[in-house]
Order: sequence, then structure tokens, then C-alpha cells
Amino acid sequence: MFLKKLILSGLTALFFSSSLFAADCGPNGQSIRILASDFPAIHAIANSAESNCAGSASEFTRNHTTEARQIMNAAQTPDPAEYTSVIVANSTLVQLMNDGLVRPLNDLVEKYGGNLKSNQLITIDGKIMAIAFMANSQHMYYRTDILDKAGVDGMPATYDEIISAAEKIRSAGIMEHPLVMNLKVGWNVGEVFNTIYLAHGGEFFKQGSAEASINNAKGIAALETMKALVEYAHPDHLTQASDDTQGLWEAGQAAIGFMWGSRGGVILDNEGSSAEVTSNTVLSAAPTVTGGSIPGATLWWDGITIATNVSDSEAEATFAALVSGMTSEMVAANNDDAIWLIDGFKPGPAAAGVSATAQGGAKSYPMFAQMGLLHNALGAELVDFLKGAESAEQALSDVEAVYETAAKDAGYL
Amino acid sequence: MKHSTFLLFTLPSLSVMFLFIAIPIVSVFIQSLHIEHKQVIIVSENCDPFGCETTTSVDTEASAKLKEKAPLGKFNGFKTYSNRMHFAFDEIGEAWNSSDSFIVFVKKIYNYPLYRALSFTLTYTFVVTPFVLFLGFLVALGVNNLPKLLKGPTIFASLLPMIVTPLVGSLILFWMVDGDGVIGATLQKIFNDNSLSLKASPVLTWVMLMVYGIWHLMPFSFIVFYAGLQTVPHETIEAATIDGASKFQRTRHVVIPHLMPLAIFITLILLMDNFRVFEPIISFRAEAHATSISWLIWNHLRESAYPLYNAAGATSMITIFFVGILLLPVLIRTWRDFNEKNKG
Repeated sequence: MFLKKLILSGLTALFFSSSLFAADCGPNGQSIRILASDFPAIHAIANSAESNCAGSASEFTRNHTTEARQIMNAAQTPDPAEYTSVIVANSTLVQLMNDGLVRPLNDLVEKYGGNLKSNQLITIDGKIMAIAFMANSQHMYYRTDILDKAGVDGMPATYDEIISAAEKIRSAGIMEHPLVMNLKVGWNVGEVFNTIYLAHGGEFFKQGSAEASINNAKGIAALETMKALVEYAHPDHLTQASDDTQGLWEAGQAAIGFMWGSRGGVILDNEGSSAEVTSNTVLSAAPTVTGGSIPGATLWWDGITIATNVSDSEAEATFAALVSGMTSEMVAANNDDAIWLIDGFKPGPAAAGVSATAQGGAKSYPMFAQMGLLHNALGAELVDFLKGAESAEQALSDVEAVYETAAKDAGYL
Repeated sequence: MKHSTFLLFTLPSLSVMFLFIAIPIVSVFIQSLHIEHKQVIIVSENCDPFGCETTTSVDTEASAKLKEKAPLGKFNGFKTYSNRMHFAFDEIGEAWNSSDSFIVFVKKIYNYPLYRALSFTLTYTFVVTPFVLFLGFLVALGVNNLPKLLKGPTIFASLLPMIVTPLVGSLILFWMVDGDGVIGATLQKIFNDNSLSLKASPVLTWVMLMVYGIWHLMPFSFIVFYAGLQTVPHETIEAATIDGASKFQRTRHVVIPHLMPLAIFITLILLMDNFRVFEPIISFRAEAHATSISWLIWNHLRESAYPLYNAAGATSMITIFFVGILLLPVLIRTWRDFNEKNKG
């Protein structure tokens, strides 16, 4: 009898321990359909989820496209929705939430979220709406060899220091345009303003209302800073986005860069550039204003959401599969692809800029429901000021007027 | 032909036009009179990996109820047409009162998106159209005089700019005019100015876009004129030669009058096409210096979280209105010719 018990308990223990190693994929035979952007870190998460749980699902499909943002609302509105999960970032979560297309995840997190850390949970009024897995932000890139050659001490930490370093490089005759920034008309130029405005301590809206409040002393100071920086940027800056600035950097045509953290790994690897550039490139925190403390950057996260318009069991299976992919093994295998928020991440040189920026107390990209409209207005109306065709006050009042018209049409004002 | 027979023959095309042209235009017009319902906004506490912030979010349930009652949105009348994004009547009145000279007034008007887009679109239309007409005619004359063996390959090569997809064609040119590209670098060398950039100067951007437009559309007018040249009656040409007309005189007095109806047709098509200029602005990333009416429509719809259907609809209606005005002189002329012919 005793022996029988012993064997039984031994078998049970064996069964449980082995089930601990297999991923928990939730209900069997469900359809899992994922819409996501197209970069290595997202592929890593989705690959890991697919290899864990595709076997127990009736269907596991993935659509990776850089145009995900443009199609997600149309795809998720019908019932049943086209995808059971959309992988989003700050601003795209707002875009889905504005139409009520993502479901709260509290019960699912309780059931399957044992290995999630509390800072991965994106909550809005206590409801968990997304699970973040990686972070991103803009920050500074420096070429130490060129800074040394121009006689700049240490690495510039404020906008004023950046401007004087750029001037030193120019007057030393090393480069006429040492600075690169993503200033392409539209989203990019608006985003640069956002970062500098946040560094000046600006607020985008009047407290608790959708009324814009950027035409103030801080807004003007931010624009003046921007103009002073642009003075040292490549003449074609109004046409340059991430791919272009990365190209200039890798070609050795820039010494000071304000670019995305997600470009760090690509710039520092040994492809597409020379050893002279990669070995002397250092990533550091986004700059502050002189005497200020807030780094001029917006922090971003990427995370998973679950669709509203799908059956509960499909939602459960999709959530279980995606969360099963967020393990330290997955991070270990793809360490340099992202700034992971998951346990087991070992920050390398490519992560230094984002870490320093986040630790410095930079703000997240604002999650206001109407933020996208203001961002559009900034992207369109600041250009005249940067070209020198109008004053800072005029540019900011144009932004507010354009935003007000659009916000009225869209029902926010 | 009997009227009833004529009607029967045209019925299929008329019904298709009604279904796919007339109805959509009316629907776009109705949409342009409505704006979104008021979004029910709630203040919320938002926490992410970097901390918590007070922000706003949309109360989707309350907003959905409003939408269900009136799916078209809130009736707004013609206010979309008169707002700052379009004709900006109030702002212009104010600019008129506060400007001490006409130049200041024009500068202020240029600040409003529709007028800015119109100024480029009209300039583009009125520069590109005559150039395309004239150059296309010259190329057609040239090709027509080539020996038979060379004609085929030349025609093919001349058609290339139109065969290449506009987006691809302008992207290639965009890379070539870059400071590191063939054209950009050569220009820098010629003018001995390392910071010369075709993309940074408003004037050069306009010139670049128009040169691209001429290059891209010339094959169209060339091939139509070339086809027309094959129908010029030999007898008249021979008679003119016997009368002692020079080559130029024959072209001026025989060929051109013969091709006049074709020229009117090409002008009509070109005016419509050029007024809708769009792809080169995207490919050349020229939004900072040049915007067009079509670009405005795209810009209203681009942000999928907040597509402004009313603004896009209004801009579309304004486009149709302006195309109508542009075509009016040509249409009146055609009508008059037609009437004269019938009388004679």
C-alpha cells in the first residue's frame, strides 16, 4: 500500500513538474490571429508564441506590416474582428481605445500572467489594457573622435552644450552640418517639437480639457531651441526620417545625432558602416535645457492587446500564447533586438541611451485621446517657422488654430 | 438616329456613370456637410512602465450611443467649407482689415492651407500644360521625320517616362537630386556651393516638381500628336509644296490646323490631370514647400485614428468645382465650333 502511494505521488510529481515546463496555451483548438508592426523585436515575441502554442491552436496567423497603424481600426471594427490581437505602442493603443476596440485584460492577467512584472501592465483607470514588452525613446548619439578633434570636453548634456559643440565642429572645419535629426515634414517634425517642449516643462492641453495650450513662453522657447539646432542640421533636414538619418550617421557624415533608441543596435553592428564610425559612436541620454532636469524625449513602449470583437475563448488562447512568449529564454536569444522590459534582459551599449533617458525622468508620449490631432497640426504648421518664413508666435497660433478646427470636426471640442 | 435608339445605345454607359460617378459624388457632398458627434471625454489615470499620468480618454459606450442615433454625424451645413482648413472666410476678412498693403495681405492668405495648395496647383497646371503640349508636338514632328528603321525604338524610348509608375519615377529622380546623387552633386560642383540643395529651397522644389511633371506627361501628348500626324492628308501637303510653301509654312498652315481638335482634347485631359497633381509631392517629400489640392485630401484622411471625412469631402467638392471652372473655356469653345459646323 505504502509502495503504491509512493509510486503514485512520484508519478503525480513528475506529471506536474513536466507540465511546468510546457507552456500554458489556454483553451485548445482556437484561432489566433496577430496584426503587428514589422521589426526584429516583434518578430521575436511572435516567433516564440507561435512555437509554443501553434500546435494547440486550430490556426495561428501573423500579419507583420509597417502599415499596421493605418489598417488596425478598420480591421478590428467588425464583429468578429479580423485579428484576435494587435501589437501596439503608446499612440496606437489610444487609436484603438478611441473606438473601443481593445478589451480589459485583468482576469486574463490573473490567470496567465504569473511571469509578468507589474511595470509591464499598462493600466487606464485600473483596467489593464495592454502588456508592454519593450521600451524605446529618442536620445543622443555622439562621435567621440570628432568631439575630441574639435576640442569639446566630455559629452554635451544640454541643448546649449550641443549647439556650442556643433559650432566648434563647424568652425574647426570638420563638418559643415554635424547634426542629424528626424525632421521630415509631418509626424517627425512634430515629434521633435514634442520632445523639446517636454524638456522645457510644457503641457500640451489645459488641465482636464481638450483645449490646446502650447502658444506660451515654453512653446516659444522650445521653438527657438529647435531653430538653433536646425541651423547645424543637414540642409535637406525637412525631408529626412529615421532611415535617412541612420544612413548619414553610418556614412560618417554626422557627429551629433538625435535619433531613436531602436536604431542603436543597427548602427552599432558591423553592417552598413565603417569601424571608424561604429567604434567611436556612443549613445547617451536625451539632452535637458540648461538648468533643467527633464530629458527632452518621449518614452515609448510596445505591447500586446486583445481585441474586443472576438469570442472569449479566442481571446484567452491568444493572450496565453503571447504571454507564453515573454520569457527570459526569449530575451536571452534576442537580447540586442530591443530594450526589453522582461526579466533576463542584459543592457548592452545599444541600450545605454534609452536607459539613461528613462532614468533621467523623461516623460512618456502623452496618451491623450486627442493627442494625434495636435501632433498632426504641429507637423504641418511648424515648417514655416523652421524655414524662417514666420515668427514663433505665429507658428504656434497657427498650430492651435489648425488643431481647433480639426478637433471640432472630430468631436473633441 | 432616332432618339429612342440613341438612348438605348447609351443606356449602359449612362447607368454605369450614374452608379459609379454621380451617386458617390452626391454621397461625398452629403458627408462634407456633417461632422463627428461630440466625443464623450473622461479624465483618466494612465500608468505605463515609466510612471503614471493624468490624461483623457474617450467614453466609447456613451460615444457609440450618440453615433447609433445619427450615423452620418452632426449636421454642420457649409461650415466645413468656410472654416480655416478651406476658404477661411472669417480669417481672410480679418487679414484684409489688418493688412496695410496688398503684399502683406497676400502673404497672410498664403498661410491658409487651401490657398497655399491652390497657388502651387494652379502654377503647376499652367506651367506644365503648355510645355507638355508644345514639347510633345515637337517630339512627334521629329519622330515622324525619322527613317522607318529608327521609328519603333525611338517611340518606345520616348514613351518610357509615362510607362514608369509615377511614384517610382519620381523616387528615382528624388535620389538623383540628393546632395549625394548624380544631379545634386553635379549642380553643387557647377555652382561651387556645397550646401546647394534642390530639396531645401522652395523655388527649386517647385521647379523640380514641374520639370518632373513635364517629363512624365510629355509622352502622352507626343503619342496623340504622332497618331494625328499619320492622318494629315498628303494631297494638301503636296499642293502646299507645289505652291512653294517651306517646311515651316506647311507645318504652320496645314499640319497645325489639322491637329487643332487633338490639341484641344489633350489640353482638356492635361488640365484635369495636372490639377490633381499628387504623387511627385509624396515621392519628393516636398510638403514643406509645395502642397496640392489632392495632397490636402490625402492629408485629411491620412491619420486613420482621426480621418476627417468632412474636410476630405469638402476639399473633393472644391476640386470638382475648380476643375469645372478650368475646363469651362475649352468646353465653351468646343460647343461653339460644334454649333457653327451644324449651321454651315
